[in-house]
Amino acid sequence: MVFDENRIRASIIEEGLREAGHDRVVVLHDIVGLARQIERIAPDVIVIDIETPNRDMLEHLFQLSRSVRKPIAMFVDSSDTASIEAAVDAGVSAYVVDGLKKERVKPILDMAVSRFKAFSRLQQELAEAKSALEERKVIERAKGILMKSRTISEDEAYALLRQAAMNEKKKLADIAQSVVMAAAMLGS
Amino acid sequence: MDNGQGMGGGLAAPAAVRRDGVSVVRAGFIPLVDASVLIAAAEFGFAAREGIQLELVKDVSWANIRDRLAFRQFDIAHMLAPMPVASALGLGSNPSAVITPFTLGRGGNAITLSVKLYRRMQALADLAGDEGALANAEALKCVIDDIKVRGEPLPVLGTTYPFSSHNYELRYWLAAGGIHPDRDVKLVVVPPPMTSDALSAGAIDGFCVGAPWNMVAVAREVGRIVAVKEDIWPSSPEKVIGVRPEWADTNPETLARLIVALDRAAAWCDVPDNRRVLAEVLAEPRYIDAPEDILHRVLMGRFTTDPDGHERTVSDYFTFHRDGANFPWISQAQWIFSQMVRWGQVDHSKEKQEKVATAFRPDLYRHALGPRADIPSADVRVEGGQRQDGFIDGAVFDPQDIPAYLKGFNVHNLENPVATRDET
Repeated sequence: MVFDENRIRASIIEEGLREAGHDRVVVLHDIVGLARQIERIAPDVIVIDIETPNRDMLEHLFQLSRSVRKPIAMFVDSSDTASIEAAVDAGVSAYVVDGLKKERVKPILDMAVSRFKAFSRLQQELAEAKSALEERKVIERAKGILMKSRTISEDEAYALLRQAAMNEKKKLADIAQSVVMAAAMLGS
Repeated sequence: MDNGQGMGGGLAAPAAVRRDGVSVVRAGFIPLVDASVLIAAAEFGFAAREGIQLELVKDVSWANIRDRLAFRQFDIAHMLAPMPVASALGLGSNPSAVITPFTLGRGGNAITLSVKLYRRMQALADLAGDEGALANAEALKCVIDDIKVRGEPLPVLGTTYPFSSHNYELRYWLAAGGIHPDRDVKLVVVPPPMTSDALSAGAIDGFCVGAPWNMVAVAREVGRIVAVKEDIWPSSPEKVIGVRPEWADTNPETLARLIVALDRAAAWCDVPDNRRVLAEVLAEPRYIDAPEDILHRVLMGRFTTDPDGHERTVSDYFTFHRDGANFPWISQAQWIFSQMVRWGQVDHSKEKQEKVATAFRPDLYRHALGPRADIPSADVRVEGGQRQDGFIDGAVFDPQDIPAYLKGFNVHNLENPVATRDET
């Protein structure tokens, strides 16, 4: 999806994409109904004119609904290549380039899409890693409670938890959570 | 998220230093009156006196400002106070690390409704025209109740950016009047220079943006100002100077000199006699490109609130320096965070509150300006506790217990956070 009020630039981008074999290119010049258009077209990437103040409107849409959140690529004049690399390293999905030639459109967009995906994946992995850590903490606490209250070894406490999880067909972390909660309620 | 922090000092492009020892600092800005301190620092010699060549680059959207700062096209930028807070929380697209060592002042925003909507409020709630902001919000509530009974479309109100003081102020004002900003009205984003056109075309029924756009809508006889920022919370920080932490680390001396230059420029902007020449410069096409007369009246807080000619003077409509207006209170970053939680943009946790506290950097401000009587020694305070600092609904913000503070509000989105609304 190309969103650009500057029709000449939009057509350069469109041509570059078509020549690179992308035949599903949609060019929009008007902001009205943009959210609906994004939902309907489900674009792989949105190319936006950096000179349009309507970019903040797009930002608002992304905030409202994750389903319309897409990688964005932008084209502006920039002489500082180091800055672009730094931005890309930082995980941003947008990309800035010197001038605009149709041959360069495709590689840049590919880069924007892959960066966006890598960044989304990284965020997801972070969230997963965080919850794994939380689970391990709860299991440690449950083990400690069992060791203290039943005067058993760490291995025995772990075996007890695992056995209970198997019997109840629940996750180890869930069993551990109920042990911790029960202990808190019993005041031990 | 702290992505961006790990970009490595080796990659950092230091601010260019000219052969004569002058540092070149590139600053992005949006054409608004609250960029005055930055513009005055460049135009009236305050930056030059500190050995800084301040290059101002005009931009059109906050998302661009954020990204171009991250891309190192800018060294520093004129930013909405909630932007560094959103960055610290990893909210929005491309959240890269930004801190602020300097607030560009208070004031400047207002809420304007279409003359048509205001007339309906007058008819239903018997408004004479000189009511306060809270009475106006309550009158709007009457109209919305009526709109619902008749099955008419809900009013559409514009703000500037999802993480903006305008968004939180408009929501605060609506909620104080008993209006739910996500259920009783429709909020959209409209670029400030387009607000008058959107209002006269009927695309929106009102908006909350910065100066001079409210006054412009009144001058064009399409809008009616119903509240100003001072009515909602006088101490509310408006714009800040956004800096990448890695730039601050590699250019500590330039940053300190920049803060001194901004401090002097802010003090200059506060002197009423200087505001004529300030308005003259702001009016130029390379800056705000709006009528000088309107800019001057805005700077002096002399309002025409509606096309009937009602006048109102808000003496502190713009405070650029006085009463610690440039001090980046951590408690104000935390208040912004509390509103993000209130409206479901993010959920509350102790870790998040700690992250938010790193976005505002009073330590850098103090370090640059040295000990001075008017610089607070605390970083955190209870906000809205004093009479001249009160919130419109009388609430008091104690950053020690944000969940308890939020429980005090009847209108909120706590049970329906956006963060989880459409996750599948």
